[in-house]
Amino acid sequence: MEGSSFAARSVQLSFVAIVAGAWYLASETGSVSRLFLPPPREVIAAIERLVATQAFWSAVTVTLTTITKAFVIALVAGVLTGYVLTRSKLAMRVIEPVLSGLFTIPITLFLPMFILFFGIGAGSKVAYGATYAFFPIALNTIAAFSKAEERYLRAARSMGAGAWDCFRHVLLPGAMPVLITGMRIGFFICFASVLGGETISSVAGVGRNIALAAELMEPARMYAWIMFVILTSVTLNMVVYSVENRIRSR
Amino acid sequence: MNAPVIVASPPAAASKWRAILQSALWLRIGLLAAIVVALEIYGRIWADPAFMRPPTAIFEALRKEILPEPKVIAALYMCVAEIAAAYALSILFGVLIGLAVGASRFSRGAFFPIVLLLYAIPQVALLPLVILMFGLGPAAKIAFGLSHGIFPIIVNVVAGMRDVKELHMRAALSMGASRVDIVRYVVLPHMVPSLFTGLRLGMTMTLLGVILAELYVSQGGVGYYTRVFAESYNPAPLFALIGCLAAIAIAFNELVRIAEHNLTPGKRRTHALKASVKE
Repeated sequence: MEGSSFAARSVQLSFVAIVAGAWYLASETGSVSRLFLPPPREVIAAIERLVATQAFWSAVTVTLTTITKAFVIALVAGVLTGYVLTRSKLAMRVIEPVLSGLFTIPITLFLPMFILFFGIGAGSKVAYGATYAFFPIALNTIAAFSKAEERYLRAARSMGAGAWDCFRHVLLPGAMPVLITGMRIGFFICFASVLGGETISSVAGVGRNIALAAELMEPARMYAWIMFVILTSVTLNMVVYSVENRIRSR
Repeated sequence: MNAPVIVASPPAAASKWRAILQSALWLRIGLLAAIVVALEIYGRIWADPAFMRPPTAIFEALRKEILPEPKVIAALYMCVAEIAAAYALSILFGVLIGLAVGASRFSRGAFFPIVLLLYAIPQVALLPLVILMFGLGPAAKIAFGLSHGIFPIIVNVVAGMRDVKELHMRAALSMGASRVDIVRYVVLPHMVPSLFTGLRLGMTMTLLGVILAELYVSQGGVGYYTRVFAESYNPAPLFALIGCLAAIAIAFNELVRIAEHNLTPGKRRTHALKASVKE
């Protein structure tokens, strides 16, 4: 890639260095209120304290469980709905625009409804995350299966392949790349929306702890949580991309 | 849906009926109508009124509890203003930053990974911090909408500038185009479709950012009312308010779509160009 040249790398490194340096200078000299920007050493100390507590791990467990449940529901519902819709041309024409139209409305609007229906606990976040992630997964499943090459299907059938063989050896491999894209988008939307739901209204979880630290005016602890979320999401991004590339290149 | 009473001769009526059955638009309207009717029946017969009301009751609440309430209307207006401001700022800064990042191979290689990295961060984790910094008023909501809306615009501007066909560049150069000419007549027109993709996604993200911030701040604005209605187990005005917000979101999305449809001569031109190049 073009980004790998030495000059480009050094620009990126110096960007990181400038951000870190500006943070250090602004907070240590007190030119920015420590309420908004605590010094890095305080944040690091807060991270160390946080990781040692039981509360940290229980919050992370709550959030991870919620994300997993929401994602599994969205995955099963999205792939099934998408696949079934592609089996009928009429259903596709009627329903696909409704789905893609709905997806442009921020589902966040309906968060108060989910909280009304499922309470303030994890249930409402599962429903919210699953609903949000359902759309990209369903839409990508539709895109994946609807552009299957008729030629390949006919060739497979003429060589005596049954319905299952067609699905297993023609439809599925052809659909896989787009399916995986949908899963990736769905997963990260699920991740962000569960965090968002917890931040806005909940009793437990990572998002709740960020909001709580802000409400209690404990910036170091809030930054520690934010750092944790950012590091987790960057790591997840890298893992998911490498898995995706591996599956694609097979 | 009930069969309409048709007084034409039987074969013509049958074919008309079949045409309606096969028209995706009518089926879609019928499907949505069926869902509304089902919700109405469910809401009237089975639903617990603390959680779910039939659509007619929601409409009633809209007429009696939302529209005549000047404070709720003011909150909705404020929400619209915040979305508009955040979106305008997203376009301004998104296009400027996108042009700067995409300007050369080097700046793209150096800065685009940084943009993508920032884009990948779940910004909702920063929501409490943004509120802490900008306060409970509209500034925080605009800032959060901006930080959501700007990234798809930057990414798509950069992408639009990157994929200029070498063939077009060389043709322009060989006909004596200057650097300015190339930007004006080759790069910018080429960028338009991708720019509009960015603007469309940017609108979706701006809506998301503003509404997240609105819901998080429960002391004022729309978030206050959603919380009041939800906590008093008063679903009809809550659904009506959510319906208003959804209508606002749909209106904004439609605006961008219409703008895209009407303001993209470049879209048609590049398609025409591609077709002529293929020949």
